Amino acid sequence: MAFALTAAFALPARAEDSPQPAPIPIPTAQPQGVNIKILYVKENRSKELPLSLLDQPNPDDGIAGAKLGIADNNTTGRFLNQTFTMDVLEGDIDELIKGATEKLSGGDSFIIADVEPDSLLKLSDALAGKPAQIFNVGNPDDRLREEDCRPNVMHTAPTRTMLADALTQYLVWKRWPNWLLVVGPSPKDQLLADAYRRSAKKFGAKIVEERQFKIDTGNRRADGGYEQIQQQIPQFLQGAKDHDVVLVVDEDEVFADYFPYRTWVPRPIAGSAGLVPSSWHPALELWGGTQFQNRFKKLSGRIMRPIDYDAWVATRAVGEAASRKQTSDFKTLRDYMHSPKFDVAAFKGIATSFRTWNGQFRQPLLVSTPKQLVSVSPQQGFLHQFSVLDTLGIDKPETKCKAYTQ
Amino acid sequence: MSRFAQALPVFAAAAMTSFGATTANAYTAYITNEKDNSLSVIDTDKLEVIKTVKIGQRPRGIVMSKDGKWVIVCTSDDNDVKIYDAKTLEYVKSLPSGPDPELLTLHPDGKRLYIANEDDNLVTVVDIETSKVLTEIPVGVEPEGMGMSPDGKVLVNTSETTNMAHFIDTENHKTFDNVLVDSRPRVAMFNSAQTQLWVSSEVGGTVAVINPADRKLITKINFEIPGVEKEAIQPVGIRITKDGKLAFIALGPANRVAVVDTSTFKVLKYILVGQRVWQMYFTPDDKLLLTTNGASNDVTVIDVANQKAIKSIKVGRYPWGVVVSPD
Repeated sequence: MAFALTAAFALPARAEDSPQPAPIPIPTAQPQGVNIKILYVKENRSKELPLSLLDQPNPDDGIAGAKLGIADNNTTGRFLNQTFTMDVLEGDIDELIKGATEKLSGGDSFIIADVEPDSLLKLSDALAGKPAQIFNVGNPDDRLREEDCRPNVMHTAPTRTMLADALTQYLVWKRWPNWLLVVGPSPKDQLLADAYRRSAKKFGAKIVEERQFKIDTGNRRADGGYEQIQQQIPQFLQGAKDHDVVLVVDEDEVFADYFPYRTWVPRPIAGSAGLVPSSWHPALELWGGTQFQNRFKKLSGRIMRPIDYDAWVATRAVGEAASRKQTSDFKTLRDYMHSPKFDVAAFKGIATSFRTWNGQFRQPLLVSTPKQLVSVSPQQGFLHQFSVLDTLGIDKPETKCKAYTQ
Repeated sequence: MSRFAQALPVFAAAAMTSFGATTANAYTAYITNEKDNSLSVIDTDKLEVIKTVKIGQRPRGIVMSKDGKWVIVCTSDDNDVKIYDAKTLEYVKSLPSGPDPELLTLHPDGKRLYIANEDDNLVTVVDIETSKVLTEIPVGVEPEGMGMSPDGKVLVNTSETTNMAHFIDTENHKTFDNVLVDSRPRVAMFNSAQTQLWVSSEVGGTVAVINPADRKLITKINFEIPGVEKEAIQPVGIRITKDGKLAFIALGPANRVAVVDTSTFKVLKYILVGQRVWQMYFTPDDKLLLTTNGASNDVTVIDVANQKAIKSIKVGRYPWGVVVSPD
């Protein structure tokens, strides 16, 4: 006894102060297994190729992001006895609707859709009333979240107003509030220009002049061509009112990349070239992004694009709901993702979630050059009553979405 | 061998003089500077940097060998773990760690080192004496936090994207339970009695306290700081005093360390420290707590008894990990 006491006193401070650790029992039981199916539908579209060879589309754009989401869900699922599988359908919208309806009866209730705006409405109306949750990854159109919103559609792609607000907040923070706005000829460009006009008004920037870009720059791969572009762009910008930034609106990426370093007066380019807002950037390394980028590269052999990220978010949202609720029951998962309690970590440093009034994914957005991140919006000082993330895009008091409140 | 493998004393002369004069409770703290590829050495009596050495690339997690002779560092971008002599800071050897090692913990047997490989969804187990990989344990996506039970029987690993605390039996190296926690769990820490496991969720903004015996949640701690937006409260580092009474939680970009009563789970105090506070370590007498403040490039020294920050010490760029010598 005396010996034991002496030994105890001789021990260093650590052991002396520490209570005796209680043993931890080790169990063997496993939870019951479930499988969750995700369907990826991609509409065949003919699209003009982007200007730069670096930006050419990949056949698995978006799909590769969803595949990584499935892989991440399965790594997590291994510990909960949950498995995730994905089917991919490609075709025209009627084929996709037919295929999705068939797959739905086989349990593919979560559908990631990379389709045109009107096709998205067609798909959602065809599946109305059925146990289906569609995620829009392909369209920034605000109308799909507002007047044309559907209760069975959530949106992981950011809207044009969110993207415009993200860039505008940075330009305003930088005190570059005077813009020369250059707008392309496509209807999408008109919508994006509207988003920038709205954003300028919202955050106190000024569009000093607007010009419509109509020059036919020709096929992107003609042998030669820079000689003419070098003349055309400065001439096009000649004689503009004094401005801080040239804001180029070209959603299809068919001319904006001609603008940097070809302006009449030396000014930075922002919008669709130069300094660009996006949901993802292949060089982002913040918040564990490095590991995420590495996993994607290993899986797909290429760099991650915004649509890959948007599809990953959709897949992970389903996985996150399934692991929190420990079920594959459609209604439970759907209701949880729509509830204010839901959030998902999506490599943006803070919790991201869905807006309860229209199903729009709420997230910080990146403002970057082609090679590097410049900033992350919302910017410091842009405040909001509920979430600073709602300073980006159309907010609850302005929403025109009715389907969600019914 | 990498050109970074050799430890290069930067202020060798200064170090020679200060290392001789150690008093009874002067410990040595080692800080990894993630962006500088360097290690700052602090005398906890003088509370100043006595030496800075260049080490491997992107140093993050850091522990010491049981006998205090070695400093063991995850050099993430070198994809290995490097060992340095704690006194001379000379490079001793590298351990195979698997890709992108981030955090590590040493088994009480003093031999088995458990390393989280963030890129590979694995925990690698290495014998630090023989430098051999003993096994690899598959875990969730982006493993990070590594909490060893004081009796060495259970390892808890957290995975940032899977949002789980994985309970691993250190006898057979198999996971026997997985507990969901809030988003992006970073650190797992047992109290010395093994009656509580604390897990911080960086994006979720909470700390889960789990009963290790049945893996049920005892409570979830939330933090509220007037004037600090909710999104900035991102708990990372956790340290619990040896008597088990107080837990200190580093709150990241909230620039504060929360002091929590471990019986009522109430936050007693928020101590203002440097910017983006992540990791922490007590001196062996539990008198001082050192924090690494990534964005302000300094270490805050907290007086534990008075729960006050008493000094900030400039170190290298983006200080990440910290460990204090056992004597």
